[in-house]
Amino acid sequence: MASELSHVLDHIEKISELDLSDVPPTSHVVDAATPLRRDEPEPCLPREVVLAGAPEPVGDGFGVPSPGAAPA
Amino acid sequence: MTAALVQLTAAQAGARVRARELDPRELFEAYRQRAATDELNAFTWVAEAPAAAGPSPADAPLGGVPVAVKDLFCTEGVPSQAGSRILEGYRPPYSATVVERLTRAGAPLLGKTNQDEFAMGSSTENSGFGPARNPWDRARVPGGSSGGSAAAVAAGLAPWAIGTDTGGSIRQPAALCGVVGFKPTYGACSRYGMIAFASSLDQAGPLTRDVTDAALLFGQMVGRDPRDSTSLKFPEPVRLPHADSLRGFRLGIPEELTGTEGGVEPGVRDAFDRSLELAEKLGAAIEPCRLPHAPHALSAYYLIAPAEASANLARFDGVRYGLRVDGEADLLTMYSRTRAAGFGLEVKRRIMLGTYALSSGYYEAYYGTAQKVRTRIAQDLHAVFERFDLIATPTSPWTAFELGAKLDDPLQMYLNDFCTVPMSLAGIPAISIPCGLSDGLPVGFQLAGPAFSENRLFEAAFALERAIGYDGSPARG
Repeated sequence: MASELSHVLDHIEKISELDLSDVPPTSHVVDAATPLRRDEPEPCLPREVVLAGAPEPVGDGFGVPSPGAAPA
Repeated sequence: MTAALVQLTAAQAGARVRARELDPRELFEAYRQRAATDELNAFTWVAEAPAAAGPSPADAPLGGVPVAVKDLFCTEGVPSQAGSRILEGYRPPYSATVVERLTRAGAPLLGKTNQDEFAMGSSTENSGFGPARNPWDRARVPGGSSGGSAAAVAAGLAPWAIGTDTGGSIRQPAALCGVVGFKPTYGACSRYGMIAFASSLDQAGPLTRDVTDAALLFGQMVGRDPRDSTSLKFPEPVRLPHADSLRGFRLGIPEELTGTEGGVEPGVRDAFDRSLELAEKLGAAIEPCRLPHAPHALSAYYLIAPAEASANLARFDGVRYGLRVDGEADLLTMYSRTRAAGFGLEVKRRIMLGTYALSSGYYEAYYGTAQKVRTRIAQDLHAVFERFDLIATPTSPWTAFELGAKLDDPLQMYLNDFCTVPMSLAGIPAISIPCGLSDGLPVGFQLAGPAFSENRLFEAAFALERAIGYDGSPARG
């Protein structure tokens, strides 16, 4: 994979040949203000519905191994 | 009867349902049976029956005509896996806004369609669930990443479908399968519930038999959604096209995207040129134009999209949904084992590329530069649209290629997007329509216009579609 990525990067690096010193980077493609929704709480999904998709729920939360556990 | 039903376009079938001449249950069942016996691996899941929640088909704008939906659209209670083993069997607790809108408009879900994993690919070979095949030649790819949607519509397994387009993922498979594919203006359709690849580029759009169906379906997908802050109010109603001429249309042909530099095959170029002649006969004023930075679009795209993907895909960590490997290990080991097992090769490649492009010390040279190239490309297009209404290019430099032909060379695969990526980077709408065959395989003709020029684009594509008279459907019997 390393040689494939190098090959791709070699191609991509051609953009460094362009003079872009006075060009602003794109932040929005469409010239329109980003509308914000009202900051009001709305009902969210029930906890049990969300946890139904979790691989290892524990009680009423998502179960994770301890960050400090010894590597297996 | 089934054979006759599947010859109808979606608009024709819907009109018959609304006129009470066709039973929508019969229509659904005809397609359900075809989708369930799919030999193209176009579908990853097929519905048993229309969902009970929809409106009365005879009173709904889409007339009960079922729609195939790309796997990456979250669909409540239905497998939504984005073509990835890391989401195998995942059934989301909510539906994407676009899916909800189509259901409400009377297009029940027919099934979920195969795709390249997380929409990363141009052949559907990167699907975690096996490649989809092209109905014109099953030894060939249907394009991608919305290859399942394109193949299903081309083979008459679905009356119409939706997909997503990040750098060409609707238009390129539409071209390779000989159907219509439309990428809207960025923000026209809500991205809420679309499993994200590159958020500043991803857009949902239709894949259909003809331009009228594309406009009809798009008209029900569009609109501002409070749940997606980048979605916008579409400035005018979406109209069904009726134009029979191209008088008044000024059509620019960008030299950088139509010549041999982009590797456009001679057969593709011939079909494209024949369509331009037809456009001229229909009254269009056609002239060459220049997009000087277009040859750099692919490089910019393959920095920006992987960079955004590397951030978006961080959420697949084995905690909240999807695959988890070695949950008894420590947290970091669990993350890395889960991602190593769940992601395919191309996804890993792009995460690494994107992480590299965003890394300290390289950010300006890669991501920062790419975003400046993006500005230049948008400026080039803006300048062209001062002189022209639309631009035209081939959609893909080549026709459908054989399975495996480009898998070992990522750069060759990325070149599929050569003609489609500039429009994605600029956020402008573009449509691919079939314009004939080259060695028995479909060729796509791409038209693009300024932001929110959808109605003009549909009119031009409709007039040209009629003049081309393409009816190259592979067997739908």
